Amino acid sequence: MIDADAVPGWIQPSVAARRRILDTSHTIAVLGASANTARASNFVLAYLLGSSDYRLYPVNPNNTEILGLRCYRDLESLPVVADIVVVFRRNEDLDAVATEAIGARCGVFWTQLGLWSASAAQSATAAGLEVVMNRCIKIEHARFHGGLHLAGFDTGVVDSRRR
Amino acid sequence: MLWYKAGFATPARLGVSAGANEHARTHDPYNHRMSDRQFGFRTRALHAGNRPDPRTGARTTPIFQTTSYVFDDAADAADLFALRKYGLIYTRLGNPTVSAFEERVASLEGGIGAVAAASGHAAEFMVITALASAGDHIVSSSQLYGGTVTMMSNTLSRFGIHTTFVDPTDPEAFSAAVNDRTKLMFAETIGNPSGAIADIAKLAEVAHSHGLPLAVDSTFATPALCRPIEWGADIVIHSATKFIGGHGTSLGGVVTEAGTFDWGSGRFPAFTEPVRTYNDLRWWDNFGEYAFCTRLRNDQLRDMGPTMAPFNAFLFLLGLETLDYRMAGHVANASAVAKWLAEDRRVNWVDYSGLLDSPHHDLACKYMPDGPGGAVFTFGVDGGRVAGAAFIEALELISHLANVGDAKTLVLHPASTTHSQLSDEQLNAGGVTPDMVRLSIGLEDLEDIIWDLDQALTAATRRSH
Repeated sequence: MIDADAVPGWIQPSVAARRRILDTSHTIAVLGASANTARASNFVLAYLLGSSDYRLYPVNPNNTEILGLRCYRDLESLPVVADIVVVFRRNEDLDAVATEAIGARCGVFWTQLGLWSASAAQSATAAGLEVVMNRCIKIEHARFHGGLHLAGFDTGVVDSRRR
Repeated sequence: MLWYKAGFATPARLGVSAGANEHARTHDPYNHRMSDRQFGFRTRALHAGNRPDPRTGARTTPIFQTTSYVFDDAADAADLFALRKYGLIYTRLGNPTVSAFEERVASLEGGIGAVAAASGHAAEFMVITALASAGDHIVSSSQLYGGTVTMMSNTLSRFGIHTTFVDPTDPEAFSAAVNDRTKLMFAETIGNPSGAIADIAKLAEVAHSHGLPLAVDSTFATPALCRPIEWGADIVIHSATKFIGGHGTSLGGVVTEAGTFDWGSGRFPAFTEPVRTYNDLRWWDNFGEYAFCTRLRNDQLRDMGPTMAPFNAFLFLLGLETLDYRMAGHVANASAVAKWLAEDRRVNWVDYSGLLDSPHHDLACKYMPDGPGGAVFTFGVDGGRVAGAAFIEALELISHLANVGDAKTLVLHPASTTHSQLSDEQLNAGGVTPDMVRLSIGLEDLEDIIWDLDQALTAATRRSH
């Protein structure tokens, strides 16, 4: 499982902070996106495509198109600077991926469930990126947009406002 | 002495997580808030799962009495069916009124999420069959509601799922019964009707040492008195029919999962192997800590269909709003009645873990500090089975029926009713004696409950207090 030790200089963004990240971002690069519909990366991309307004940029050198979206070989090739780079790679690749995200001046370095690297988090944080680790961006998006609630999950949302 | 202290606030009841930072546990049920405010139990009982309806502004969760929901277009329908999108398809799988109930229970139990069912029994069946298949095995407390014993020993065994029943007060017995096909350990927080208190922390430790989840039926305790997930349980099951509904109006059940168990260990292939019906996704890979509840809804509810009715969910939401106050009243009355009975010469014994001399008193205080023992307990009338029957027939206020957790006080003779389908051996293992009378103490005036007990005991034994 995940290394439970806290990472010096980094804390997991709170729920409110994760909501701000998702609300203020417009472009998401999905690093390690797969064309295989059974893979979590494909599943998450399909969710974001169907349930959000983000501009989505799958990144995988082995593909040219995924779910009808143009696929890019690396973050440098993107036509935009991605607000969030969502990472579907192995833990041992995270340092290199963080370096790539820093080089591409991405805003948020976000690793999916099961992915965790203290050194990658530290270098990305030091370079001014926000870092979210071991969180599913699909689930976090669904938390704030009603999906998790409809599926019976505790969103933690207590709110007397109509919105 | 009994000492219910109204409004007693433990850190957990105030919504403060028990010291775990977000990294130590993959899921922190209290750390999903918009603001940093940690709302308390009573606040969440009113608000969790119930934001004002975005379309109408309705403050109370509306009853969505509909079977199905229109799709935006063909792609939307395809995405929903493939689980690529969250949303509503058909009320068997989800309904907004039911969702509100599920989220509220999950919040009060401190779980990651919940799935409602048509009854407590349906909830148990969904959990067991989600984890065990033909050839598999479960280890369970022997002191359970009789219907649960027959589900395991009669129906599940017909489908090749075998249960070893063990003494719930002996965690080592649970450990010794495990084999390589065991998938689950099961107990009731407060055993029905024996009143044995499960040592949840120890049972969880034993279960986890074998790579197994601990499921606890916590119907008699409710989250107002005990939150098993805080003690290490992985799955909490309720018959919402009882105290959660609280008024004897509706059948319902609910399963809450902690979101911390490792379903990817390999012992539970249904979580890690490709799911043919959902484009070969893998529950554990795709949903992580959300996998169990997601699978319960999309495999178990889809295939078995024991869905909670929206109107029942509405009534259960109302029940939860006052749960903490009602449980305070139930426990206050129950403890006073138990003490009164214990001092009565016409009563041979009282088995209530809220009483100091109960062998379960220490565990009751540990796991239910705000109301040890709950409000359901048993006693024996002097004169055995015959006197017990005469006592029940002489009652005028207390209702003789097969339920517990109503606002009204209820009475039952387990050996001839709820547990009548068990063998003598099962009755013995279940702690059910022939003279046992079960009381579920309600919210009437205490003096009136005691008046009825007194006059019925006089009629049954021809002796006064």
